[in-house]
Amino acid sequence: MSSILRRGLLVAATAAALVLSACGSPAAPAAPATSTAPAPTSTSTSGLTVTDAWVKPADAGMTAVFGTLTATGGPVTVVSAATSASPRTELHEVVMNGGAMTMRPKEGGFVVDPAAAHELKPGGDHVMVMDLASPIRPGDQVRVTFTLAGGGTVEFTALAKETTGGEETYADHAGMNG
Amino acid sequence: MTAVARRAVLLGGAAVAAGGVVAGAVALTPGPPPVAVPVPGAETVAFHGAHQAGITTPAQAHAVFTALDLRRGSGPDDVARLLRMLTDDAARLTSGRPPLEASDPELPALPSRLTVTFGFGPGLFDAVGRGGECPAVLRELPAFATDRLDPRWSGGDLLVQVCSDDPMPLSYALRRLVRSARSVATVRWTQRGFGPARGSEPAGTTPRNLMGQRDGTANPAPGAELDDAVWVREGPDWLRGGSMLVLRRIRMELDTWDDFGREGKHMAVARRLDTGAPVTGGGEFDEVDPRMVDGRGIPIAIGGAHVLRATARDPAERMLRRGYSFDDGPTADGLPDAGLLFAAYQADAARAFVPVQQRLAESDVMNQWITHVGSATFVIPPGCAPGGMIGEALLG
Ligand code: HEM
Ligand SMILES: [Cu+2]
Repeated sequence: MSSILRRGLLVAATAAALVLSACGSPAAPAAPATSTAPAPTSTSTSGLTVTDAWVKPADAGMTAVFGTLTATGGPVTVVSAATSASPRTELHEVVMNGGAMTMRPKEGGFVVDPAAAHELKPGGDHVMVMDLASPIRPGDQVRVTFTLAGGGTVEFTALAKETTGGEETYADHAGMNG
Repeated sequence: MTAVARRAVLLGGAAVAAGGVVAGAVALTPGPPPVAVPVPGAETVAFHGAHQAGITTPAQAHAVFTALDLRRGSGPDDVARLLRMLTDDAARLTSGRPPLEASDPELPALPSRLTVTFGFGPGLFDAVGRGGECPAVLRELPAFATDRLDPRWSGGDLLVQVCSDDPMPLSYALRRLVRSARSVATVRWTQRGFGPARGSEPAGTTPRNLMGQRDGTANPAPGAELDDAVWVREGPDWLRGGSMLVLRRIRMELDTWDDFGREGKHMAVARRLDTGAPVTGGGEFDEVDPRMVDGRGIPIAIGGAHVLRATARDPAERMLRRGYSFDDGPTADGLPDAGLLFAAYQADAARAFVPVQQRLAESDVMNQWITHVGSATFVIPPGCAPGGMIGEALLG
């Protein structure tokens, strides 16, 4: 495999496939939302708009929510998130650590600058959904609530869409030594 | 190789690639940088609205019809998940954007009037527990004497119809839509069709089919006439604003047709090949006059001519024919394997396609060269608003 292609695969790594142990506290969270409408754009007076929100399907354990965050006024900081899919959610970033991409909680949350949309995507910042209560299947919807610095909230719906980005990459990467 | 060393190699590789792109761009563009001009590829057709697009939309040059079958045991929840994903994908793709989870914006960026249209077969009604409400005519069309139907091209629970003036965005759209669908459904058949290239004749010119005829001349005129023929005005909410599609795969015997005399070809349809005008005179958009006789009192248009047999004998028989040619040939023996994906949209197939096809099966000079080899019928549900879902009224 060419190094260019290999690098592309690494960058495409999906958060859920990266190194992190799920150390969850069991609770009884709500099941994924079941209304029939597809994921709409959030509309809020909080100064933050979330568009193109989606979530990677998963049978159990953890998964991640992605989307595009746009600050409509001044800078906005997302300090935490909650979802209808699980009792435990973290804001994550992905960093290069000794040559491997690793995810970890993002210090200070997601800071969204009005000058540029802040993208949550596989291989980058994401909302980590942990201790899934029930499977998220393709086409399911997950309600997400962001809490902003200052206490405001933004609600939106993420549509579950399948991707293999990351999974095969991680295996590929591991098998490529030498 | 250590992880750190590998990373250095990877970054080096990327730098080389970037340099190559820049050098290439310089070599290929000696003049001033190109100015952004509107291109036909950027043209879009709105996905949302009271009706689904891709029906009264002026026909694009390319089409693909794919029938999906719901996986065994699928219920209303699975159908809702499927339609939620497909609706979201379709809204994005038709506006030139990639599906939510896709990362290649270039592929759908020039949709060239891409439309995505969904149809519900009887199996979908069964899966959502409303089998009894599927219009009887769509559950099973009557058998026609001339039918030679192959299950390979027939039936289906969910139709995905994708049209575009450009086969590139069409191919991408189909692959992404099917990818979204495949956890819930399997692919039953795919039929690809084409018409004349966009711009080969002035917009609005009636396209020709593979027999060389102008095909679509007598279609209902855009506006009230077309709307009355195509859209369901009353009935259940999941059907109102929708339509019914009868899709027939019709093989043409093009070898014998090509050798048939031109006068005979005109007589078979009662319209001329060159202009599409009636053999009884006038221009393309005039009607064939069945009473006109020649000097010896013999009717000029023969009674079995396709147009005379097919023409609506009551307003309810009107339909929009929006077909596409297909060509899967030549065969190993050098024979054509081609025909027409005949797609008729109407408010009620029981009162339009069925009586018309009954007359054609009974007698139509064209039957010497055309054979129906596939058949599929679908409810075309109404359109949806942004944030809505195709089929929401059926699943609600
Ligand atoms: C390969 C098969 C077929 C071919 C090549 C064909 C070709 C044509 C042509 C050349 C015309 C005259 C121009 C026009 O008005 O479009 C025509 C008219 C028409 N055809 Fe067909 N046709 C086929 C099958 C069918 C079928 C299956 C139906 C319906 C069951 C049908 C219904 C009609 C109708 C309603 C008209 C208009 C008649 C009028 O003048 O009012 N055709 N067709
Ligand atoms: Cu994570």
